[in-house]
This record gives sequence, structure tokens and C-alpha cells, in this order.
Amino acid sequence: MRTLVALAVLLAVLLVAGPLIPSWLVFLLTIAFAKALVVLGLLVMMRAGLVSFGQGLYYGLGAYAAGLTTNFFGITDAIALVALGGLVSAIAGYVLGFVMVRYREIFFAMLSLALSMILYGILVRSAALGSTDGFNLPQPSFFGFAVNGPAGRLLVYALTVVMATGTAMMLHRFVNSPAGVIGEAILTNEIRVEYLGTSVTGVLHLTYVIGATTAGLGGALIAIAAGHIDPDLAYWTTSGEFVFVAILSGIGHVAAPLLGMAVFEAIRSFAFQYAPYTWQMVVGISMLAVILFLPSGLWSLFAPRRRARGAA
Amino acid sequence: MQKFYVILVDGTIYFSWLFIVSMGLTLIYGVMKILNIAHGSFYALGAYTAAYAVGVYFAGHYPPVGSFLLLILAGIAVGGIVGFLVERGLLRPMYGRDEIVLVLVTYAAFLVFEDLIKLIWGVDPYFAYQPYELLGRVSIGGIAFAVYDIGLFALAVVIGIAAWWALERTRSGKLLRAVIHDREISTAMGINVPRMFTATFVIGAMLGALGGAITAPAISVVPGIGVDVIVLAFAVSIIGGLGSVAGAAIGALVVGLARAFAVHILPEAELFVIYGVMAIVLAFRPQGLFGRPSARKI
Repeated sequence: MRTLVALAVLLAVLLVAGPLIPSWLVFLLTIAFAKALVVLGLLVMMRAGLVSFGQGLYYGLGAYAAGLTTNFFGITDAIALVALGGLVSAIAGYVLGFVMVRYREIFFAMLSLALSMILYGILVRSAALGSTDGFNLPQPSFFGFAVNGPAGRLLVYALTVVMATGTAMMLHRFVNSPAGVIGEAILTNEIRVEYLGTSVTGVLHLTYVIGATTAGLGGALIAIAAGHIDPDLAYWTTSGEFVFVAILSGIGHVAAPLLGMAVFEAIRSFAFQYAPYTWQMVVGISMLAVILFLPSGLWSLFAPRRRARGAA
Repeated sequence: MQKFYVILVDGTIYFSWLFIVSMGLTLIYGVMKILNIAHGSFYALGAYTAAYAVGVYFAGHYPPVGSFLLLILAGIAVGGIVGFLVERGLLRPMYGRDEIVLVLVTYAAFLVFEDLIKLIWGVDPYFAYQPYELLGRVSIGGIAFAVYDIGLFALAVVIGIAAWWALERTRSGKLLRAVIHDREISTAMGINVPRMFTATFVIGAMLGALGGAITAPAISVVPGIGVDVIVLAFAVSIIGGLGSVAGAAIGALVVGLARAFAVHILPEAELFVIYGVMAIVLAFRPQGLFGRPSARKI
């Protein structure tokens, strides 16, 4: 309950702050919260032991679903596009889930990586979809009104913030629901869970679809917020980044990815601004510092007494 | 028929360097259970060092034959030094942490190396074509081959046999296999596991850098060459089964041929094919073609 209230307060603060903060920060937060959606899904998966190095698959699918719909069918409504991105990824996740839940650990990680690289390979080679350059999206509209300029960006920001905190709230309920708790039990000992009469496959499949859906929502939001999509969304470095932020944030709490992604995007943006030739180095060294000094992730700064769960 | 011949040859050339690089990756995974993303950096470092050294060498008008030795030495030297530093400085404090955390440590190292390479060598491409041109071409079966590529294949075969011999026929190889099999029991039996780890990582890094060094004359060495190689090497190791040298050979052959096949028959599917094969192999044999399934823990 405390978490839900805290998230609601966070949402209110972010919404009120939107018009007051500088526009670069609005953009940074929009990108960060859209990506945090992907990490939220990954958090739920990782608590059940599914470490996916291929969330870029659903992230890219969501983004391309939104982008193609706007460009070919002329639908620009932001909310419809986001819903569609989530839906497409959810369906893909449901279908692929039948195969994926049979794998664990490194095999799961590698198979998800292979699948995302297949999507990348297809996107790179399809001239109709812009090949490696991708394509641009028109300005989104809201409920039939095309809102341009700063107001439009604020609306996208508001949508992203609502989606991210709303998803965090729902996932908070999920990780404390029977399915969520069983997920953690599966990580600890899968066979015992089966002995107790629960379907491991069913729970993992549900978890996997949740991860796919949030990644699709995040991808669609990124497409709308950035106004541009390219195959790099499905590349393995993108997926690796999500896993990294999940570890950096800590997977003990649903609010952690929101914080972690904001910090990560801030580090990256400032590194890119002030050290354009060595920004990767700055990001890499920050990563190493967190892994060394905050083994349970950034969130452990806020919950010093309680041991972060499931870090292993 | 001609086309299949060309595919076979192209695939074999691709196999040569891919096998050398992937063997390093699979060895490190087999012994240390670390999926080393920084392996792509070792490849890039090897390629850059070799290209740079060859450039200096030819500018000095030394006998051109020495450049081949220089390539190999440059790769082994840079791989050995960097591998040692990474293992001792970065990975050693992390042992015992989760497998995923170790992957991320190597990912961070990879990011740092990417920029380090740009800082050292700049962003302009390097060409070290001289050793490649030096050997000329021969015509076999109506098609002209670069002799250099044939040399690469020979080198891959030699390294493969050497690795097999070292693992299966020497005392240290036996100890290493014991570590692969069970780290804890090996420690209890008096094997110096940390030293084995260092040695493995250094050798693995050497192989990665050597792979880069020997391909340098055939490609233009540009920033970002490591990032593609690493997923290719992953695909090879996964197809063959992580931790198996024979698997790396088969995996590299499969990937090499699949890619050559796609390039000549259906160019659009070049990337798709490699990961498609990887996904299919994983779907039917999760442990890879040569991997052994692990027992389920109760």
C-alpha cells in the first residue's frame, strides 16, 4: 500500500512539474520513463529467473507497430498507437512464449538474443521499412486533436509518465500476487514448485508475456516521443542496456527501474554533451562503479536496512 | 555447381577467423562460466594493433615477409597483455557474483574499450592490405583465391589441432578439464583454480585478438568492428555448445557456410540466416550440438 501511495505521489509530482521544468529535462524524462517500462517488465521476468538479452525484440516490435500504423494507415492518435504497440508485442510474446519458457539461464538469454537479432536482421534488410536508417513519424495527436510544439511534447511526457507509474503500480500488485510470489519460488527451486502442484510453465509464460507487453508499450512510446525509429531498437546492445539498467537499479522494488533509467539516461546525456568522444567510456565506468560499490543496485541507497531480494 | 564451390570456399574462409575468435570465447565460458562481451574488444584491439604495426613496418621498408610474423605476434601480444589486465584488475574482484553481473562487467569493459580504441587510433579507417596483396592469388578449379585466405584456413586448422592436443594430451589440459567439470572438487584436490582462470582468460583473449589481427589485412579496420563480431562469436559458440572446442569448430563451419550461402543465393537474408540457424539449433538442442545437458537440481 505504501508503495502504491508513493507511486501515486510521484506521478502527481511529475505531472505538475512537467510545465515547470526545462524542455530538455522533459524530453530526457520522457525517454527515460518509456525505456523504464521495458525494464519494469524485465524486472518481473528476472525475479522469476528469466534474464532476457533480447527485450529489444519486443521493444522494436512495439516501435515498428506504432510507426508502421501511423505511416501506412494514418492513425496518429498517441494512445491508440501505444496500445497497439503493446498489443502486438503481447501477441508475439504469447506465441513465442510457448517455446521460450522451456529454457532457463544462459540458454534463455541466448535464445532471446537470437530472436531479437533475427528481427534486427529482417529490419536492416527491408528497404521498404527504411533499412538501417529507419523512418520518421509524424506528430502524434490526442483524441483527434493534433497538438504541436511544446504542448505536444508535454502531452507525450504526461502519457509516458502515466504509463510508467501506472505499470509500476500494476506490477507491484503482480509481484505480490500468487503468480508473482511463485515466480520467485521458481527462481529458488523450480522442481519443488512443481511438486507443490503449481504449473511452472504457466507462471513463466504469464511473466514472459508481461515482459513482452511492457517492452512493446515502451517501444511505441519511444517511437512517438523521439519521432524516429530504426533497427537499432532491436539490436543486442539495446537489449543489453535494459538488462544493465535492471541490475543497476536493483530488482527488489518496482520503483527502482524508474529511478535507475532516469539516472542512466542522465549520465548518458551529460556524458554525450560534455565528452562526446568518450561517452561510452563514462557510461562503462559508471556501470562498473555501481556493480562494485552498490551490489544490490541503486535502490539499496533507499532501502538500506532491508536486503534487496533476488539479486542473485 | 560453380556457385556451390564458391559458397563452400567463401564459407571456409569465413570459418577460419570465426573459429579462432569463437574458440577463445567458448574456452573462457567453459572454464570460467563468463560470457565475455569484451571479447569483441579483444578482436578489435588485435585488428587495430596489427594494422598499425603493419603500417609502421612497411613504412620502414623491412623485408615484407616478416609482416606475417608481425601480424601474429601483434595479436598475441596485445591479447595477452589486455587479457591479463582485465582478468586481474576487473574480473578477479567479481568472482562469486552472479553470472549475469559478470556479463555486465564485461559489457562495461567493452564500452570502455570501444572509446579507448577511438582515443588511441582515431576514427579514420586503417588499411593493412600489404600482407594480403603480397601473397597474390592462385587459381584452383577455375576460381582465383587469395593465398592469404588459404593461409588463414591453415592457421585455423593448426590452432584447432593445437588446442585439442593441449586439452586432451597434456597435464595442464587435464587439470583444466577437471576445473571445467567441477570447480570446487578441483580446488579441494589442490588445483590452483585462480591461476587456471588467469591462464584461460589470457589464452582466450589472445585467440580473440589473434582473430582480429589476422583478419586486419582483409578488411578495413574501423571503429565498431568488435560489436558485430561478438554476437557472431556468441552464435558460433551457442550452436556448437558453449565450452566445447569441437563445438566451436562445427559452429563456425555452420555459421560460415550459412552466411556464404545467404550472401550468394539470397543477400537479403545474410544476418537473418545466422541467427535463424542459432534459434533452430537452440530450439532442438538447447545445449548446442556438442554441449552436455546439465542435471536438474532438486
